[in-house]
Amino acid sequence: MKTVIIKYNAGNVQSVMYALERIGTSYLYTDDEEEIRSADKVIFPGVGEASTAMSYLKKTGLDLVIPSLKQPVFGTCIGMQLMCKYSEENDTKCMGIFDVDVKRFPATPGFKVPHMGWNNISGYKGELTKGLTDDAYVYFVHSYAAPVCEYTVASCDYVTPFSAMLQKDNFYAAQFHCEISGNVGQQIIENFLKI
Amino acid sequence: MLTKRIIPCLDVKEGRTVKGVNFVNLRDAGDAVELGAMYAAQGADELVYLDITATVEGRSTFIDLVRRVAHTINIPFTVGGGISSIADVSALLHAGADKVSINSSAVRNPDLINELSLEFGSQCIVVAIDTRYIETENGREHIVHTHGGRKPTDLRTIPWAKEVEDRGAGEILLTSMDTDGTKNGFALELTATVSGNANIPVIASGGAGNMEHFYDVFTTGKADAGLAASIFHFREIDIPDLKEYLAGKDLAMRMTI
Repeated sequence: MKTVIIKYNAGNVQSVMYALERIGTSYLYTDDEEEIRSADKVIFPGVGEASTAMSYLKKTGLDLVIPSLKQPVFGTCIGMQLMCKYSEENDTKCMGIFDVDVKRFPATPGFKVPHMGWNNISGYKGELTKGLTDDAYVYFVHSYAAPVCEYTVASCDYVTPFSAMLQKDNFYAAQFHCEISGNVGQQIIENFLKI
Repeated sequence: MLTKRIIPCLDVKEGRTVKGVNFVNLRDAGDAVELGAMYAAQGADELVYLDITATVEGRSTFIDLVRRVAHTINIPFTVGGGISSIADVSALLHAGADKVSINSSAVRNPDLINELSLEFGSQCIVVAIDTRYIETENGREHIVHTHGGRKPTDLRTIPWAKEVEDRGAGEILLTSMDTDGTKNGFALELTATVSGNANIPVIASGGAGNMEHFYDVFTTGKADAGLAASIFHFREIDIPDLKEYLAGKDLAMRMTI
């Protein structure tokens, strides 16, 4: 099986690579279109700011490659947000795989932003949460989130309910960091690799 | 619900943990990787590794350690100690650290906080503040200290905490040198003030001696996370017991065991 991690200028993805190594999966870290198209599984990670990440995707043409992929694609954190339609973060038009807008958490007393730390997810649907116990805890760090929508396959609550995971056809996404979410995160990555 | 976090801190010298650790079930208690993995398995929510090595050789040993920790554990970890440049941070993040903690270098050059958060994102920049309540010309005040809490600066702790947030810090690690090592509890009032002013998480450190101290710092002290070292290393408190105790008092905890 060929697994590709998409390389673009969006933060440190070292821990994603280590997570794959821990479960014994080899991977290619590349921005080459042919390599990406020929992969069995594509992981689209990212940490950072939406408009910068999106402009890098545009520069390399990856903003058109990713939505056209047919194999399972898994976007995490900012990767998930870029797969949505639009992000309020610096007014960024995103790839539009999921027809939903990403919004900043509203300023609310008692809720710090970013939403940072371990929170529980629920309302599981689909393959990636297979085998997880109800209300499993995963690690989040983000200031923007997609509301619950028709593609939501797991949700979380902070200020208001939001999409922790999305799925549409061959596209899968998680707002949290599977790679550092303990055994729960590892299970989700393994589930994705098994699809 | 977002949980309160329990964070063991490991001091590392030449790649090995210091402060005698007392774990009979570990093959090598000085092995910082093995100890960290054990804490992760016990349900620690995050780890902090502080490099207390002063030499250049020690630094490369530390980076190698960071790499091994990142390979082994699957929870977030922060590294700190002697970090003073973009290049230092880049090397540590590339080795697999999730966050870095800066302290003296932020006091010396506050612009470094802005530069690092712009370059790497606020989410991975922790500013550590060592503070002591001392006599000043204006009476007793909370004053930021450097050099392991020995050297007072001109900075007042409460406005400095606000400033580091404004400059782009993603988290504050607040250590009270007054309570550190006493086992009489965290500095509740100061932690509550700093955390109440902040819109970023505050990790409280210094003074944990029993489980109730953690309850106090999460409620009265309004802390988002509690950090301790020796009480975990010497097994005076076991993390699973601590989390069960806190969950039993209706605090949101991530239960793993």
